[in-house]
Amino acid sequence: MTDIPLLSLAVWLPIAGGLLVLASGDGRNVAFSKLIALVTAIFGFLVTIPLYTGFDTASAGMQFVELMPWVRDYNINYHLGVDGISMPFVILNSFITVLVVMAGWTVIEYKPSQYFAAFLIMSGLLNGIFSALDGILFYVFFEASLIPLYLVIGVWGGKNRVYAAFKFFLYTLLGSLLMLVALLYLFHKSGSFAILDWHREPLAMTAQSLIFWAFFASFAVKVPMWPVHTWLPDAHVEAPTGGSAVLAAIGLKLGAYGFLRFSLPIVPDAAQHFAPVVIGLSLIAVIYIGLVALAQTDMKKLVAYSSISHMGFVTLGFFIFNPLGIEGALVQMISHGFVSAAMFLCIGVLYDRMHTRNIADYGGVVNTMPKFAALFLLFAMANAGLPATSGFIGEFMVVLGAIQFNFWTGFAAATTLILGAAYTLWMYKRVVFGDVANSHVAELSDINAREMLILGVLAVCTLAMGIWPQPVTEIMHATVNQLLDHVAAGKL
Amino acid sequence: MTSMQKLYLLVPLAPLFGAIIAGLFCRVIPRWVAHSVTILGVAVALVASWVIFQDVQAGNSFNGALYTWATSGDLKMEIGFQIDKLTVMMMLVVTSVSLMVHLYTIGYMAEDPGYNRFFSYISLFTFSMLMLVMSNNFVQLFFGWEAVGLVSYLLIGFWFKRPTAVYANLKAFLVNRVGDFGFLLGIGLIAAYAGTLNYAEVFAKREELVTMTVAGTDWPLLTAVCIGLFIGAMGKSAQVPLHVWLPDSMEGPTPISALIHAATMVTAGIFMVTRMSPLFELSETALSFVLVIGATTALFMGFLGIIQNDIKRVVAYSTLSQLGYMTVALGVSAYSAAVFHLMTHAFFKALLFLGAGSVIMGMHHDQDMRNMGGLWKYMPITWFTSLLGSLALIGVPFLSGFYSKDSIIEAVHFSTIPGAGYAYFCVVAGVFITAFYSFRMYFRVFHGPENFGKAHDDHSAHGDDHHDDDHHDEHHGLAPGEKPHESPWVVWVPLALLAIPSVFIGYFTVQPMLFGDWFDGVVTVLPEHDVLAKVGEHFHSAAGMAMHGFTALPFWLALGGVVLAWVMYIAMPSLPGRIAPIFRPINVVLENKYYFDRFNEIVFAGGARLLGRGLWAAGDRTIIDGVLINGSASAVGAFARLARGIQTGYIYRYAFAMVIGVCLLLLWRLGFK
Repeated sequence: MTDIPLLSLAVWLPIAGGLLVLASGDGRNVAFSKLIALVTAIFGFLVTIPLYTGFDTASAGMQFVELMPWVRDYNINYHLGVDGISMPFVILNSFITVLVVMAGWTVIEYKPSQYFAAFLIMSGLLNGIFSALDGILFYVFFEASLIPLYLVIGVWGGKNRVYAAFKFFLYTLLGSLLMLVALLYLFHKSGSFAILDWHREPLAMTAQSLIFWAFFASFAVKVPMWPVHTWLPDAHVEAPTGGSAVLAAIGLKLGAYGFLRFSLPIVPDAAQHFAPVVIGLSLIAVIYIGLVALAQTDMKKLVAYSSISHMGFVTLGFFIFNPLGIEGALVQMISHGFVSAAMFLCIGVLYDRMHTRNIADYGGVVNTMPKFAALFLLFAMANAGLPATSGFIGEFMVVLGAIQFNFWTGFAAATTLILGAAYTLWMYKRVVFGDVANSHVAELSDINAREMLILGVLAVCTLAMGIWPQPVTEIMHATVNQLLDHVAAGKL
Repeated sequence: MTSMQKLYLLVPLAPLFGAIIAGLFCRVIPRWVAHSVTILGVAVALVASWVIFQDVQAGNSFNGALYTWATSGDLKMEIGFQIDKLTVMMMLVVTSVSLMVHLYTIGYMAEDPGYNRFFSYISLFTFSMLMLVMSNNFVQLFFGWEAVGLVSYLLIGFWFKRPTAVYANLKAFLVNRVGDFGFLLGIGLIAAYAGTLNYAEVFAKREELVTMTVAGTDWPLLTAVCIGLFIGAMGKSAQVPLHVWLPDSMEGPTPISALIHAATMVTAGIFMVTRMSPLFELSETALSFVLVIGATTALFMGFLGIIQNDIKRVVAYSTLSQLGYMTVALGVSAYSAAVFHLMTHAFFKALLFLGAGSVIMGMHHDQDMRNMGGLWKYMPITWFTSLLGSLALIGVPFLSGFYSKDSIIEAVHFSTIPGAGYAYFCVVAGVFITAFYSFRMYFRVFHGPENFGKAHDDHSAHGDDHHDDDHHDEHHGLAPGEKPHESPWVVWVPLALLAIPSVFIGYFTVQPMLFGDWFDGVVTVLPEHDVLAKVGEHFHSAAGMAMHGFTALPFWLALGGVVLAWVMYIAMPSLPGRIAPIFRPINVVLENKYYFDRFNEIVFAGGARLLGRGLWAAGDRTIIDGVLINGSASAVGAFARLARGIQTGYIYRYAFAMVIGVCLLLLWRLGFK
């Protein structure tokens, strides 16, 4: 197994497939293009499975490592590898790509081959982000992944897509540049672009503080954390369903992953010193954003705000520095990948039929779409953190970890139990329950086999993980414990 | 895995299997398959529970993990069973009542299009409740806790077209989530300070835990833990002020009102506190808190039962009040008495609810008692079993409710916990109230003039003013001249079967459960709290206790309540109308249910929505987007406009700017020299 470059396949197979789809084009070849897209996505997912089955859970180090010189003069390498933190996201990303391709199958009528190509290329680039062990390689993937998403929103987006795209750009620009400066400083200091070398590089507190805020500026926007979150609802509202699903399921995890791969291990002392700030912002995200979600009238905006609130749990879990917190946050990231993707796909199902996302335009959907209503309820409950769904585990572990850290932190975090249920189920009630609200709802047809398959697969994932999360958590232990020891030891 | 362990596993999995079959294939399978497979599942669970009961009685018990759910750091979270006398008693109550309700549902839901779905839900509920009571750790407890809440949500909103039903189920879920908030904090504190979530391991550390305080505060740890856990119980077991969801839950079909909202789910809180008795015993503050909340619920919810006209709501308020009694028993450390009352109540209250359901069927889905009267002639079995249930509820000696309620009253009498005096007053006064509202209902439904079959367009006093108008669709009522009829056998057989334990079970089990050694090693009571031991000093036999009961105050209070109800509703039916003006102010408060609903609606629900809108408008849109984001964008724009003004293209302007620049640079260099 070890001689097959699995990670390179995970990165380049979708990209190559995407280019092929692009070349095949629309017109008469459109069916062929779609087929290539689906086959590539499925193979792209299949090659990531050995990453799990062949993973050594006892090892905290990088596995499936690939190392080749890239730019010798500057010691830049093509260096890939995964550990217990990054491996699940490579699989999750490849998995979500399959679903997104299926979700767009008949819905996208405008330039479908370019749409599918964008998603495949994005999938490869995202895998690159999660497996890159070289700072420059990471940065290239990190920035390049924006382009397909930008195009997806810009070309297949809604009415206000230009504003959303610009806002997104304005937000990320400053952060990315600061991160680049930090990466160059680290190279200057250590003579290497290897991220793992930077983990070991001793740094004084002043340098650590500056690097911490440079990284923070980049990652906080991506997560997104309060108060740099307002690009996300706009981006979601304008993005097509598939774009929203990938953005929520994978896109939001990039910033959080950055915190774990860069901020915590490279500047552990600064991370601990500034932890109260991050915890404070995270708790604001949980409560403030939870309340704001309650006030939304647009389903997609509501779920977008709910995503921000859930990501608050992730950053909270990282910065309380205990195993429950970090592992809970990682589980939350994976679960949110399933649940938020499913929520956006559900809204997509409704939008495809009604062409509105306004909650007030719905009511009594259960009467005409009972199968959909049952699946939507499962995801809504998962979004509200009901036990036996994946949504529960992360929240539960992070709240437990937060109480261990400080009672009042846990207290504030636990309010999500009420707020999360309130905004999710209130929306569900207004959209799904009740008598048929209008003639449009009366004409709705229930989900077809394709939609049933997509949502059904996500439902199985959500339930399976909720009932038995141990297979997911056990791959993280070694890496997380090593990270915590490393942070506790510090660099001063 | 031993054969006994396989049997443990069979108990929850059999109903789950039925639920999955009936649920996944609810559109394709015929009705008889759905009810057969679910009834079979529950019957298997009941038989298995009975075998386990025999085994436990022989002195065996079990405590072990099924599988590891997740681990993190040193914390191991498992799914596992603890089988002991408390568990097995709960298993029997849950499976037997559930089986009765499954049977009854065949008749009650016969005309409903959601027949298969309903069976799936009630079997899923049975599974969840069994997982809750069989758990040996807090993770699984929380699982079961939330899962029964989910099924309750689904079943209250079963008739999802009714706006009142989907309002009630959202309300029930959210109010329960408020309780779960406290529950989760309690569990979190245990995990943080005990380092384990396994019951036995936590209890083993209790001497250590009792000396700790919550870091950053001066609260004793166990008091904080117990109050947190009890807040969870207040949500699930509907204690004031988290009781508001239970009356509204009557929007669900009657079988689930019996199963979930009377016999089993709402008693989960009582069960949980009993399970946690080793922790609660070490915090007198928490016990006192439990006692006062329970006493308040017992009396003040009873008052509300008096003014209801909807037959199901009377029984609902009665349930609230009886849950209050159980909570009072917990507060005075009479855990066995609480569980004993839980058991007797499960039978007679399920009976009363199913009886009410039978009446509603006979009345063609009219629930208003003002349209009833004289039904005993037409529905003899329903009448007689309901009478037995009512007598058991008010505590007539020899019937099951007498033994459990009287033991609680006696236990409170002996207690020295702060608040015991108030609680004693509440539970004794509650006896009179219970008898009055129970027989007010009984007389108005089964005796007196026949008010049915008249034109009745007035449902104005339904108890809940805000959603009155929406009731009509399910309230067909009897056509003029039409007579009510007795329900089919699938409905009355469960009534008859439930009447048996309602009458006899107290007599046969009071000695072992309360004064014997049944709960030894399961329930922990400190010697100084052991009020049941003091009650036991006066106990000689079940018959003797009943004979003594005839001379005690509670019996005469109950009799007084019955007589008053008879006077007001049979002997002098004009009396209530005449005295109403005197009690007008009290009546207003009661009709508004002490204004809890309005307060929550305005302050919590309205407040949260207002806050959300405010934060969104002011925070997100005005400050962050308006000032910071669009502001910086327009600042860049403004700067660009300024810069454009300089780029004029005239050489002399550039030359002039350059000269000034050179001068400034020179000045700067010289200044530093």
